[in-house]
Amino acid sequence: MSTPFYVSPQQAMADRAEYARKGIARGRSLVVLQFADGIVFVGENPSRALHKFSEIYDRIGFAAAGKYNEYENLRIGGVRYADMRGYTYDRDDVTARGLANVYAQTLGSIFSSSAEKPYEVELVVAEVGAEREGDQIYRLPHDGSIVDEHGSVAVGGNAEQISSFLDQRHRDDMSLAEALKLAVQALSRDTNGTEREIPAERLEVAVLDRTRPQQRKFKRIVGRQLSRLLEADGDASAPTEVPSDTEEE
Amino acid sequence: MDFLNEHSPELLPGNRVLPPVAGVVEAPHGTTIVAATFPGGVVLAGDRRATMGNMIAQRDIEKVFPADEYSAVGIAGTAGLAVEMVKLFQLELEHFEKVEGAQLSLEGKANRLSTMIRSNLGMAMQGLAVVPLFAGYDLDREKGRIFSYDVTGGRSEELGYAATGSGSVFARGSMKKLYRKDLSEQETTTLVIQALYDAADDDSATGGPDVARRIYPIVTVITDEGFRRLTDDESAELARAILEKRLEQPDGPRAALL
Repeated sequence: MSTPFYVSPQQAMADRAEYARKGIARGRSLVVLQFADGIVFVGENPSRALHKFSEIYDRIGFAAAGKYNEYENLRIGGVRYADMRGYTYDRDDVTARGLANVYAQTLGSIFSSSAEKPYEVELVVAEVGAEREGDQIYRLPHDGSIVDEHGSVAVGGNAEQISSFLDQRHRDDMSLAEALKLAVQALSRDTNGTEREIPAERLEVAVLDRTRPQQRKFKRIVGRQLSRLLEADGDASAPTEVPSDTEEE
Repeated sequence: MDFLNEHSPELLPGNRVLPPVAGVVEAPHGTTIVAATFPGGVVLAGDRRATMGNMIAQRDIEKVFPADEYSAVGIAGTAGLAVEMVKLFQLELEHFEKVEGAQLSLEGKANRLSTMIRSNLGMAMQGLAVVPLFAGYDLDREKGRIFSYDVTGGRSEELGYAATGSGSVFARGSMKKLYRKDLSEQETTTLVIQALYDAADDDSATGGPDVARRIYPIVTVITDEGFRRLTDDESAELARAILEKRLEQPDGPRAALL
């Protein structure tokens, strides 16, 4: 009978983190940006059925990069948590902070328990406020930590590169068309610095729009509306746009 | 909802154990709900009265709720239980939509509500019945549809118009004489308020338009653009116009004899 080799806890954790990071990096990146009227989710997704973004509750949206079956599991858990909260108490009592905490606990315990493999996912939970100051974006990496983000956040493959690109160019008062274009620009940059074209059919876009009259602020942007927004090229169709040097490469 | 049943069964109405009671439990009851279809949609409306025995329990109760974007439910029967049922129904529709990424069909929604009413049968036997009216816009068939229920959860689709609650007999009679297939949205809203007026006229448990307190029926319209509740001003205007006419002709408009 063979005795198992001793592996130091540091090494074990590092291996698991490495494993999860590699899994996440295989997936395509996605970005979440604040804009004047809310929060926009943009990602490259060839599938129309398997969504990366989803509605959790009235003001809360969910975005995930990594393995589909794992984040879908977490998403459904989140919807259940939110719906049950809202039913037991009140719709206002469901918050992104609470949800992010639950996710952090789940991811954390999966990451550090020795039996299972860590989840290869990175999540973003965003809540749109009544005012821009009330917007919240939380990023949840595979190990169960929570990062409170502002302005823009990228997760997935080459997230670091994309987020540094976004940080330089993002403004909170961008119009939806501007934010969308910036996001697509960021996503279409490859690791080696070259740009490629992402057609509108391969984009998945959703918004949490605080100006929506309904209680539920989450909305997918598809088809004609999406192509119209992408074509709003700083001309008359985007009257709020101010000429700025941030658009130039 | 299966998950809720497993996870916290105490939240579900069907899982409550009723203490044995002698006689009927006194609780506020909602009264009349009416609905009528028109080309392009459906109108669902309700009066504002809740009664407890021969007392008026509440003058301004709201008994018509959106179930989701394309459907609404109006409740007659025990107010407390009915409101809870509607809340759970709304939750289920929304939950399904979020988890599956698609809306339930209108038929599916109607069936679900039927099951929920059936689970309340025990309470109904003790006098705490809930009998809703469900109306929605069927996106597949592109028309408004109405479903009515009985206490055992029996479901039937109604063509044209329907009513439930204590004043339903009179409301149905009223609509029978006034309803036509080609009414416009505006005319249909007038029709349902006429029907509620007639119900209030002959049924003591149904409230008529309360001009002094500015309490008017709740009228909702569902079309392909979704659910819309008429504002208080819109509803007040319709009700006042009818009231004005009724001052001259108390029994309302006359249908042709032949």
